[in-house]
Amino acid sequence: MSENLIKPENLVYKKTNVLTDKVMHYCPGCGHGTAHRMLAEVIDELGIQEQTIGVAPVGCSVLAYYYFDVDMQEAAHGRATAVATGIKRVFPEKYVFTYQGDGDLAAIGTAETIHACNRGENILIVFINNGIYGMTGGQMAPTTLPGMKSSTSPRGRDVATMGNPLKITEIIATLPGSYYVTRQSVHTPGNARKAKRALKKAMEYQKENKGTCLVEIVSNCPSGWKMTPVESNKWMEENMFPFYPLGDIKVPQ
Amino acid sequence: MKELRLMKGNEALAEAAIRAGTDAYFGYPITPQSEIIEYLMHENPYERTGMVVLQAESEVAAINMVYGAAACGKRTMTSSSSPGISLKQEGLSYIAGAELPCIVVNIVRGGPGLGTIQPSQSDYFQAVKGGGHGDYKLIVLAPATVQETVDFVKLGYELAFKYRNTVMILSDGIIGQMMEKVELFEQMPRENKDYEWATVGKKPGKDSVIVTSLYLKSEDQEKLNFRLQAKYREIEKAEVRFETIMTEDAEYLFTAFGSCARITRKAMEMARAKGIKVGLVRPISLYPFPVKIFEELAPKVKGILTVEMNAGQMVEDVRLAVNGKTKVEHYGRFGGIIPSPEEILNALEQKIIGG
Ligand SMILES: Cc1ncc(C[n+]2csc(CCOP(=O)(O)OP(=O)(O)O)c2C)c(N)n1
Ligand code: SF4
Repeated sequence: MSENLIKPENLVYKKTNVLTDKVMHYCPGCGHGTAHRMLAEVIDELGIQEQTIGVAPVGCSVLAYYYFDVDMQEAAHGRATAVATGIKRVFPEKYVFTYQGDGDLAAIGTAETIHACNRGENILIVFINNGIYGMTGGQMAPTTLPGMKSSTSPRGRDVATMGNPLKITEIIATLPGSYYVTRQSVHTPGNARKAKRALKKAMEYQKENKGTCLVEIVSNCPSGWKMTPVESNKWMEENMFPFYPLGDIKVPQ
Repeated sequence: MKELRLMKGNEALAEAAIRAGTDAYFGYPITPQSEIIEYLMHENPYERTGMVVLQAESEVAAINMVYGAAACGKRTMTSSSSPGISLKQEGLSYIAGAELPCIVVNIVRGGPGLGTIQPSQSDYFQAVKGGGHGDYKLIVLAPATVQETVDFVKLGYELAFKYRNTVMILSDGIIGQMMEKVELFEQMPRENKDYEWATVGKKPGKDSVIVTSLYLKSEDQEKLNFRLQAKYREIEKAEVRFETIMTEDAEYLFTAFGSCARITRKAMEMARAKGIKVGLVRPISLYPFPVKIFEELAPKVKGILTVEMNAGQMVEDVRLAVNGKTKVEHYGRFGGIIPSPEEILNALEQKIIGG
C-alpha cells in the first residue's frame, strides 16, 4: 500500500535539501527550527545554495551552520554583520545572510548592525527576537518587555533602572541604507508562510543590490520564558505582538 | 616594475599592500597610522587592482570584516595603533581559532590608556604573548626601516597563507612617520584561488565549508589546540629571523628591535670608537623569538643590554633564552620618549660593564 503512495507525483511536501539531516538541538516548540526551515526553503527555491554564504551568531543558533547546508562562518558575539560585510565586499555576486538573536544584534552588536545597515550592505539579516537571552539561560535582553521577568530581572524589567526595550528594527527602517524591513513570526503555518515570502523577497532584492534587508521574526523561547510551547505562543501573541507589531515597516517605493 | 621612491613609512606600507595583491583592507583612523587608509583611499586601488578599501565604524568591526573576507580565502589586511589594536584582540583570538590568514599592522604609540601619539614599543607583550583569550600566537615581524615595512607586507602574506595564521607587523610611530628611500616590488596579481577551507559557496557533492572556532566537546577543542601548537612549533623551527652586527668579537651585546635597534646601532658604533667591543642582535621575528642566537652568544659575552621603548618586555624573552648564562639588563624610555645613543652607551657602561 505505502509503496504505491510513495511516488513523485504524490509528493506534496518534503524537507528541503538546504537543511542537513542533523538533529536540531533547539528546545521543543522553539521558533528557531521553523525559522531555519523557512530560510532554507527560500534558498532552495531560488536555486542559490551554491552561491550562498551564511553567518551564524553567538546565541542559541550558534550551531546554525550544522543545519543549513551552505557554506557558513561563525562570528563572534554581535559581529555577524561586520563579518558579512567582509564576505559581501569580496564576493559581491554571492548571497550573504546573517542569522542573529536579539542579544547578538541589538545589544553587543548594535554598532555593527546599525552601520552595516547604514552603509546599505547588500545582505539579508534574519533577526530572531525572542525578548530574552536563550543560550545563556534566560537573562534580560535589549528587547525584553517592560515588567517581563528574566533571570536578571527576576521582579520584572524595571525600565527606570534597566532601560527600555529597544525597537531596533524601527530604527533600522529609518536608515537610508536599509531597503526592505519587515517584522514576521513563524508560530502558525500562516505566519510561517508569510515569513517565508518576506525572506524570499529579501533574497531577491539582494540580487538587485538594493541595500540591506532585515527580516525580524518575533519568536518564542519556551525554556527561557518558563512556559510550555503552546503557552509561550499565546503569551507571545498577547504580549510581544502589541509591542512588536507584525507587518512591513519599510517597503521599497 | 620595481621602483625607487622616497616615501613615508605608512604610505609605503599602503602602496605595498596594493602591490602585494591585497583583496581587502578594513581600517579605522588613529594616529600615528591614519596615512595608511588615507593613502589607500586616495590611490583608489579598486580602479588599480580591484582591491576593496573600507573605513569601518570601529576597530572591532574592522577586524571582524577581516575575519569574513579572510575566511573567503582572500588576502586581507587591517592596520591600527595601540588603543585600536586592543579592540581587535577579540577578533584576533577568533581568527586564530578559525585558522585564518591575514595581516594586522600595529604602528605602536605610547600607553597605557589613550596614552600619547608618540612612538613606543610597549605593545610587545600584547603582540607576542597573546592579548586575546586562549592559547594562540601571531607571527610578529618588526621592521626597522621603511624598506622592511614594505618587504614584510609581501612576506607577511606568504607566511599568513602558509600557516593560516595572523601575521602582525609590529612597527612604531618613528618608522610609520619617517621618509626613506624605498624600493617597491612589482605589482603582483590578486590571486583568485579557491582554498578548500574557504567559504566560497558550497560545491556540488561536497560538504559545506564551515569556518568556526567553536568546539563544544573538550576532546575536539583539545585537538584544535594540539594542531595549533604543532603549527607554532613548526613556525618556531622555520621562521626565525634576526640580524647580528659585529657580534663575532663582541664582549658585550646590545639587543633591540625595530626603530630602537637603529638608535642602538649608533650607540654600538660610539662604543666601538671608545674601544668597547660590543655587538648588536636585532630580532626581526619577535615571535618566533630568535632563541638560538642568544643561546649561542650568551656564554661568549660578559653581559647583554636590551634597549626598548618600554618598561622591559623583550628583556623577558632574552632572559629566557640566555637562561642565566650571562647577565641581562634592560634600558628603556617610555611614554613616547626616544632614547639617545649617548644615554644607551651610558646605560651599557653603568649597568653592564660597570655593574
Ligand atoms: C563577548 C561575549 N559576551 C557574552 C557571551 C555570552 N553569551 C552567549 S549567547 C548570549 C546571548 C544570546 O542571546 P540572543 O542573541 O538573544 O540569542 P538567543 O540565544 O536568545 O537565540 C550571551 C550573552 C559571549 N559568548 N561572548
Ligand atoms: S533556549 Fe529558548 S531560544 Fe534557545 S533553543 Fe531553547 S527555546 Fe529556543
